[in-house]
Amino acid sequence: MVDKNQLRIATRNTGFIDPESVESYIAVGGYQALGKCLAEMKPADVIDLMKNSGLRGRGGAGFPTGVKWGFAAKYASDTKYVVCNADEGDPGAFMDRAVLEGDPHNVLEAMAIGGYAIGGNKGTIYIRAEYPLAIARLKLAIQQAKDMGLLGDNIMGTDFSFDIELKYGAGAFVCGEETALIASMEGNRGEPYTKPPFPAEAGYWDKPTIVNNVETLANIPAIIMKGADWFSGIGTETSKGTKVFCICGKINNVGLIEVPMGTSLKTVIYDVGGGIPDGKEFKAVQTGGPSGGALTYKDLDAPIDYENLVARQSMMGSGGMIVMDEDDCMVAVAKFFLDFTMDETCGKCTPCRIGSKRIYEILDKITIGQGTEADLEKLRSLSHNIKDTALCGLGQTMPNPVLSTMRVFEDEYRAHVIDKKCPAGVCADLLEFTVVEEKCVGCTLCARVCPVNCISGKPKEVHVIDQAACIKCGACLDKCKFDAIIKQ
Amino acid sequence: MSMLTITIDGQAVEMPAGSTILAAAKKVGIDIPTLCQLDMEKQFNQQSAACRICVVEIEKRRNLAPACATSIMDGMVIKTDSQRVIEARKTVLHLMLSDHPLDCLTCEKAGACKLQDLCYQYGIEVSDYPGLRNDYPLDASNEFYTRDLNKCVACRRCVQVCTNFQSTKAIAFGDRGFTTHPVAPFDKGMSDSTCVSCGNCVSVCPVGALLSKSKEKFRSWEVSKVKTTCSYCGVGCQMNLLAKENKVVGVEPMDGASNSSLLCVKGKYGFNFINHPDRLKTPLIRKNGELVEATWDEAYGLIADKVKATKAEYGNDALAGLTSARVTNEENYLFQKLVRAGFGTNNVDHCARL
Repeated sequence: MVDKNQLRIATRNTGFIDPESVESYIAVGGYQALGKCLAEMKPADVIDLMKNSGLRGRGGAGFPTGVKWGFAAKYASDTKYVVCNADEGDPGAFMDRAVLEGDPHNVLEAMAIGGYAIGGNKGTIYIRAEYPLAIARLKLAIQQAKDMGLLGDNIMGTDFSFDIELKYGAGAFVCGEETALIASMEGNRGEPYTKPPFPAEAGYWDKPTIVNNVETLANIPAIIMKGADWFSGIGTETSKGTKVFCICGKINNVGLIEVPMGTSLKTVIYDVGGGIPDGKEFKAVQTGGPSGGALTYKDLDAPIDYENLVARQSMMGSGGMIVMDEDDCMVAVAKFFLDFTMDETCGKCTPCRIGSKRIYEILDKITIGQGTEADLEKLRSLSHNIKDTALCGLGQTMPNPVLSTMRVFEDEYRAHVIDKKCPAGVCADLLEFTVVEEKCVGCTLCARVCPVNCISGKPKEVHVIDQAACIKCGACLDKCKFDAIIKQ
Repeated sequence: MSMLTITIDGQAVEMPAGSTILAAAKKVGIDIPTLCQLDMEKQFNQQSAACRICVVEIEKRRNLAPACATSIMDGMVIKTDSQRVIEARKTVLHLMLSDHPLDCLTCEKAGACKLQDLCYQYGIEVSDYPGLRNDYPLDASNEFYTRDLNKCVACRRCVQVCTNFQSTKAIAFGDRGFTTHPVAPFDKGMSDSTCVSCGNCVSVCPVGALLSKSKEKFRSWEVSKVKTTCSYCGVGCQMNLLAKENKVVGVEPMDGASNSSLLCVKGKYGFNFINHPDRLKTPLIRKNGELVEATWDEAYGLIADKVKATKAEYGNDALAGLTSARVTNEENYLFQKLVRAGFGTNNVDHCARL
């Protein structure tokens, strides 16, 4: 489908070429960028070009790629490493998978370019073991590239040699954090360590290492071929190029999109995403996955780029976008994300290990109607202090979903705490299912479907729900043909 | 090495590059509290920086930084006692305390517990964030110490000392999230591990999670400390004997040139002989088939007589000397001198060669 709002750079080949054929990649201009670098450019030229392009890391933090490469190039070492971070772990984000499965040579070529730029000959792709197809295609692609002299010793007949191996992640979210990723690659427990020193100085086996995300790498051959000016002409002042987003949740067109930086949220949700299903009202969109925050209708016109999202107390993250409608409770949403990070914290630093648990517990208390106004204050102060003290990016961003939903939907939190009501009708403990007497015809369907037999009434008479016994499963509501049961 | 100048709480400090903020603060007498920081680790990036108690505010940095694991940079401006820093430390303590029993009344570690000291310093009585606590069974399977993970604050000192210094690697961290805790292989008890019972983990544990099994109950303030050299071998490990009512009840390692705050199982736990009723305190001489207490003069006189008589009757090489690894180098030297020059033989050896 041609969509004028989309522009595909990182995903330019996915879906268009045969990912298991190197010829197919070469036919669309593949490996020309590597050839151009080796034949026409000095390593320093490549780094300058990357700096001028304005490409920033697509894994979340948005660090300028060229600057990172420049640091690694600066340190003298007999060995340097290029690491591709393919440990995609955000719930609802799968752009890296799409690129690896659909265009593996693109990533290999970019890694070799990175190796040439920093003076390194070894590449490693740290990929989660849950991506078997991506792994199979990468293995095949590496073999094909080696057979054609595009990887391995003396690439394209030059002095430059570069080899790539795969390392498998075991599913820990924290291993997407670069220092934890390096620890895991070295065979240690996947835990972050304090920076500095940054990996560009002392990374994998204490050697200068660049860690780049899949999507970042996928942009690079295109930038080399088309030039820095072309790339930096796309996007906003501080964020160049495009970004791949995974839109999911309450949206008509679920899936991957790639749009220029600076595209408004409205365009993404309504034009590309096709709006909210079933005529429901848009409520919020969570960007940045479990590390990000909720944006609302007030932010719909804001151009999406790194700075704008941070200014709205969210973040780019890896590009997950979870769209929510009027039926979503924001307290429950925050609790969902904390449930995730609480399980995924590596447990190294105190604020993240215990703090995530305590935030979750307070949120849980609120969703079952036992929260107090003091709890809201505790949530706020605990969240701020965790952000300030945690060791790595995971802990420092873990309270974001709480802080952002509290800021934008404070009334919803207060409704849970003071009125003991869940306005969106999600938190089961705060709901009540009742029969509207005027509408009930006594068909007995609800009584028959109730799993705990708490609905009583004779046929053709108004039925009654025993509130004490009701487990709030909602089966009666779904079954009633007369809209005679309401939840509130 | 180049010198860098930084400002801590308004004071300028000059320190060599590679120094930590913690060391720089110490130099000008500013106390930054620590818990997981391990003095034995000499390089800043070896510190686990896990507890986050030592966080300080650095101008132009977004987050607070751990003083123990952050090296100084020229021109850094640091605040160690701002409201932001104090609030952060208090939060960390509240969180630690929320997963820790409040049994200081009966805890053997009371008085020497870092968590207790820090809560006292920051005025924290109970946690603001009460919640589910971890619940582990007490592991008393090791002969020399108990492990109560309910008191563990996951500071990692035990794992660091076992891995990086003792090199036994009997423990590591297991699990993820809230239940992250030090484990022996396959999370079995310590008796199923490769633990050599050196007790160095016990020595560095800042709380009561690792405690030596002791015949005597004692609290830290009840004991006097006597610095001495371990008498088990020639290494010369420095240690404090902990004495309560003139009886040795425990041993703690000291930072000596040869042991760097480490001990082995003998030095750490082999002290019961000191107060044992069967311990020999005077020489014994066998008279009429029975061992009878004697003075040193009597004993030396007897030895000299026997040596002289044996030499005269059977020659020098009929004598031999065997010395012990439990005496010092200097004593070993004197002993071989006695055998060679006094006995007139080279028949001298040492138990460590057996």
